[in-house]
Amino acid sequence: MPVPIVQLDQVHRSYRMGDEMVYALRGVSFEIAAGEYVAIMGPSGCGKSTLLNLLGCLDRPSSGTYRLAGDDVSSMDDDALSTIRGTRLGFIFQSYNLIQQLTVLENIEVPLFYQGREEGESREIAQRLAARVGLGHRLGHKPMELSGGQQQRVAIARALANDPRLILADEATGNLDSTSGREILALFDELVAQGRTLIMVTHDPAVGERAHRIIRLRDGLLETDQRR
Amino acid sequence: MKRSLMLTRLKRSVRLGLRSLWLHRLRSFLTMLGIVFGVCSVIAMLAIGEGASYAAQEEIKSLGSQNILLRSVKPPEEEKVQGRRENYILSYGLTHEDVRRIEKTIPSVELVLPARVMREYVWNISTRVDAEVVGTFPNYPRTRNHQVARGRFFTNTEMDAAENVCVLGAEMARRLFPLHEPVGRDVRVGQHYYRVVGVMEARTKAAGAGAEHSGDASSGGSSPAADRMFIPLETARRRYGEVLANRRQGSFEAQRIELHEITVKVAKPEDVVPVSDVVRDLLSKNHKKKDYDVVVPLELLKKAERTKRIFSLVLGSIAAISLLVGGIGIMNIMLANVTERTREIGIRRALGAKRQDITTQFLVEAVILSGVGGLLGVALGVTIPFVVSRVAEMKTIITWGSPVAAFTISALVGVIFGLYPALRAAKMDPVEALRHE
Repeated sequence: MPVPIVQLDQVHRSYRMGDEMVYALRGVSFEIAAGEYVAIMGPSGCGKSTLLNLLGCLDRPSSGTYRLAGDDVSSMDDDALSTIRGTRLGFIFQSYNLIQQLTVLENIEVPLFYQGREEGESREIAQRLAARVGLGHRLGHKPMELSGGQQQRVAIARALANDPRLILADEATGNLDSTSGREILALFDELVAQGRTLIMVTHDPAVGERAHRIIRLRDGLLETDQRR
Repeated sequence: MKRSLMLTRLKRSVRLGLRSLWLHRLRSFLTMLGIVFGVCSVIAMLAIGEGASYAAQEEIKSLGSQNILLRSVKPPEEEKVQGRRENYILSYGLTHEDVRRIEKTIPSVELVLPARVMREYVWNISTRVDAEVVGTFPNYPRTRNHQVARGRFFTNTEMDAAENVCVLGAEMARRLFPLHEPVGRDVRVGQHYYRVVGVMEARTKAAGAGAEHSGDASSGGSSPAADRMFIPLETARRRYGEVLANRRQGSFEAQRIELHEITVKVAKPEDVVPVSDVVRDLLSKNHKKKDYDVVVPLELLKKAERTKRIFSLVLGSIAAISLLVGGIGIMNIMLANVTERTREIGIRRALGAKRQDITTQFLVEAVILSGVGGLLGVALGVTIPFVVSRVAEMKTIITWGSPVAAFTISALVGVIFGLYPALRAAKMDPVEALRHE
């Protein structure tokens, strides 16, 4: 039996906010197999973002374990987590999060740079990915000169730069008009079809419908886990 | 392999840093100014200080570092006596007896050179020059390290025969004979004519000031620096006798002085100080009054070096303070920079940047600021002394060490003051940083 790409076991995450303790996740357990297309949904404040940060190795659980492709990530140090983010994960954010002073090509190259790829090689990869998301003609532009949909496509190309197995999208279509949103979702379908695992956080049921599996959270607990 | 990878990374970090600094050109430039002025003032001040101390040291060296100079000085209590009795002949100073004693009793002395110094007008037809006529021995050039430029110095034969020959100082030769070669011509002092046999080489301004100092003994006053004309000591004795009348001041005033100066040349430099002690001792035993003065150029040189060290220390502290201020400026701007780019830091961390990568990025920016500032400061600091020496005609010396040191320190300032903001950037929680607007 293949190792699931994500294994969460009784994951808790609490933090102090002023004088109060906030229990964002109160014991969440699930597994996601490689190649799945999962939507995480729920009302705001249910712990979606906290869960995504944990899945993205930007944060560590207060207790419980998180295994990424079999490796226990919850006990890794900061450098090791950085390497995991850079090599095994791809991030797509609601507000694109491109670096404004860099060009399209340079933005796509950022993850490659931190993995110490050679300049020529990384340039080649970035060009190929830009072409793949349909921006081969905009390589020298700054993010500000692009539409929202184009910026999000740059972000997708950047997420694919190091050829990660798991892609995490946080309200990826939240800032986009419906046409651009559809284009992005079509790209997601393609990625899944190629065998990548995609986890997205959304509050839009129409977007959630695209996924093969919907995990709903409520008050830091798993509410439902539907496969379709 | 690993090394070249680090090098490419560094190269890219530098490129990235330059770019983000260029994005805020004015801010970066103003920040740099602190370092520019710090570095530039260090170099300029050191160059001017070095030039001044070089001039002072040259002056002392022109007296000869192996020499001990003895000078006749009017004893202070005699002046009161003179005030009461106008026609009193003052008798004081160094004697031929002193010369003999020094020669006989101190073994490590190489040469003892006596000299008489008379303040006189030296004439060429109708051109007049105020000069010091120095009666001395033929080995003066060697002892005082002052060479003959043209012609020759007078010889022992001329000395013994008390001939009327002279060697002119460079400046007075130029003024007396603006159009002709002075060697072979005559100059007049009083009623006597002297044949010019040579011209001394020019001394620096500073060395001229040294001559002024030694001139005090002869005129007993504060007359301006005069060039020297050298005649054989024997000639001087015959022409002037032992009593010198000062005809320049209002009342008649006469002094009996055997010798104005004695130069004691010591064979080995390390013996200079002990020999000077012995000489002092010897003179104090044989002179009832303190009518002489002992100058040891080597001691002066050491004193000058000590002064220079203190001077450099003061300059160094000023430099340190100005660079500190520059560094604080860098730190300030880098902290603002880090806060402004919090989100970028978050993005980079999410995309795989390690803490160390973030530290490097911001540190490189700080070092670029201070490094470029340092380079500009060096350029400016090298230019200023050049301009100063042109405009103010002051000697300035830029030692190669001062730009190198100033630049190195400014780069270090970048590292030290850039480190805290860079570490702060690296320590940020990626989740928090990504949430930052």
